[in-house]
Amino acid sequence: MQLANHLDIAPIILPLVTGAFLLLFDERRHTFKSLVNVASTLGLLVIAWLLVAQADVEGSVASVYLLGNWAAPFGIVLVVDRLSALMLLLTALLANAALVFSLARWHKGGQHFHSLFQFLLMGLNGAFLTGDLFNLFVFFEVLLAASYGLMLHGSGATRVRFGMHYIVVNLGASMLFLIGVSLIYGVTGTLNMADLAVRIPAVAAQDRALLEAGTAILGIAFLTKAGMWPLCFWLPGAYSAAAAPVAAMFSIMTKVGVYAVLRLSPLLLGARAGDSASFGDIGLLTAGLVTMAFGTIGVLASQAMARLASYSVLVSSGTLLAAVGMADAGVTAGALFYLVSSTLTIGALFLLVELVDRSQDPAANILAVTMEAYGDDPEEEEVVEEVGVTLPATLAILGLCFVLCGLLLSGMPPLSGFIGKFALLSAALSTGDDNAISGMAWAFFAVLIISGLFAMVAMLRVGIRTFWAPPIEGVVPRVLIVEFAPIALLLALCVVMTINAGPVMAYVDATSQSLHAPDAYIEGVLSARQVPSPKMEAGQ
Amino acid sequence: MTELTLSLGIGVLVGSGVWLLLRPRTYQVIVGLSLIAYGVNLFIFSMGRLRSGVPPVLDGSGIVDPAAYTDPVPQALVLTAIVIGFATTALFLVVLLVARGLTGSDHVDGREP
Repeated sequence: MQLANHLDIAPIILPLVTGAFLLLFDERRHTFKSLVNVASTLGLLVIAWLLVAQADVEGSVASVYLLGNWAAPFGIVLVVDRLSALMLLLTALLANAALVFSLARWHKGGQHFHSLFQFLLMGLNGAFLTGDLFNLFVFFEVLLAASYGLMLHGSGATRVRFGMHYIVVNLGASMLFLIGVSLIYGVTGTLNMADLAVRIPAVAAQDRALLEAGTAILGIAFLTKAGMWPLCFWLPGAYSAAAAPVAAMFSIMTKVGVYAVLRLSPLLLGARAGDSASFGDIGLLTAGLVTMAFGTIGVLASQAMARLASYSVLVSSGTLLAAVGMADAGVTAGALFYLVSSTLTIGALFLLVELVDRSQDPAANILAVTMEAYGDDPEEEEVVEEVGVTLPATLAILGLCFVLCGLLLSGMPPLSGFIGKFALLSAALSTGDDNAISGMAWAFFAVLIISGLFAMVAMLRVGIRTFWAPPIEGVVPRVLIVEFAPIALLLALCVVMTINAGPVMAYVDATSQSLHAPDAYIEGVLSARQVPSPKMEAGQ
Repeated sequence: MTELTLSLGIGVLVGSGVWLLLRPRTYQVIVGLSLIAYGVNLFIFSMGRLRSGVPPVLDGSGIVDPAAYTDPVPQALVLTAIVIGFATTALFLVVLLVARGLTGSDHVDGREP
């Protein structure tokens, strides 16, 4: 086996080893830890890019990695197809931005930030790669355990209170996950996703209700993570209480739930599932629409910018869930484009909010308080801060970034938010037979347009209050270049997506085609051959 | 009879767990979560079908008759679920104590209603 074949598992191994390695050093050596962390995260970006290039070959089947060299239905497999590779790349991009931002000050706000960050990446990458339901549960737990630690990073009563709600809700969801997985195993006798897709059409009629109950319970677990209404009341509090770089990373954690639904719904309950075909699609579509409406009302009602960003997460989740519920290849392609664009935008917005909030309320510098709580020497902090280069014309540049975020969130031309929403809507209106537009498609159209308008209204209101007519006693925040660069990077990526919309659209189109016609995926996983052991080769 | 006992056991555990989970004190919540975890673990176990007095591990001698063995996969899953559940409960216990220390209250909202 060549080394290149092991590239499939590298996104899990690299953060695991780095995170464990960083545990060996104590917090005083933070420069060294930061360097290792940055190197590893950049490495992940390179690996993700290579995997995208590997997956994006015309007519290729998914690359399958057999863990422990056991063939597919018996052992656990990792599968790299276009969707996993895309999610890996998105995670790596966001992680690099969040990490660089945290280097300005946040990474010293608590214990073991760098290790937890790497373990979070390991869990995320594993969840995107695995082809086994129970293994998916394990990686969910890895990323959740790391996120519990990161959620509490920086300490403080608000964070602990919302962190506790976050933990309880997710532990409850994990229990539902286990019940769903074991019900599915009890009916079909397998946990491999590809094998499940083969066996579900053959499930006996009297067991079908049990199977559908299992998938529904499993779905509830994913949808809790994705923040579907009415399972999302924990989300705005937790996300706005988390430290800025952590909140930026969390903007992809809701997408893990969406990813799981997007992966499993067409595979297990798609056209080939016999009597269970398109089970739950209407429910998903309706719930997505309600989530969008709820998120939009929340966006309008928010006073604080962090809450506005949190409710934008809900709008984005709702849009994606509704799009998955439509179960149409064209809509899914638009949804994938929108997913990438909105994740990058919301990540940038969370980082931006922290910088802007500094000018709003200089007295309540929460970080300074936690620094004292951790007993760091404040004078040393001052010295460290002077080293960084500060950004000139701060408010003007931050304001410009805010305008870009507003355009992207509301889906106004010319940026990628517009292209994503346009692709969604044009595909949604052309589904169905004989050009008759279904009522649900009209509802989706209306809610999406209105949510965009209200996002614009809310962003304008906050923008006017912050940048146009700031309070007289407001101060211009000190912003380091290292804090501004990640925001600029994320927004620049959105601009690049706009310019290169053709290739990106072609990629997500191919992704969506293979999701909705999963035969190649199933065939690829089940026909993956074991690697002959060196002993056997020597014997021949 | 075994099936009935097991189902009743799971039902009682999960039922009491859910009731405790909805209570306002953090200690009740953590006990509720633990009870639900026990119930769920038993449930996973029962999804391999209940057989008594048969081994899950093949002995590897000669031809194997699958009917003489119980399903080992759910047992492996239960082991994993127990370990993960134990770790997350321990983590939650720490957060619970921190919340008690920071807010001076054991109410889940950090203040008395």
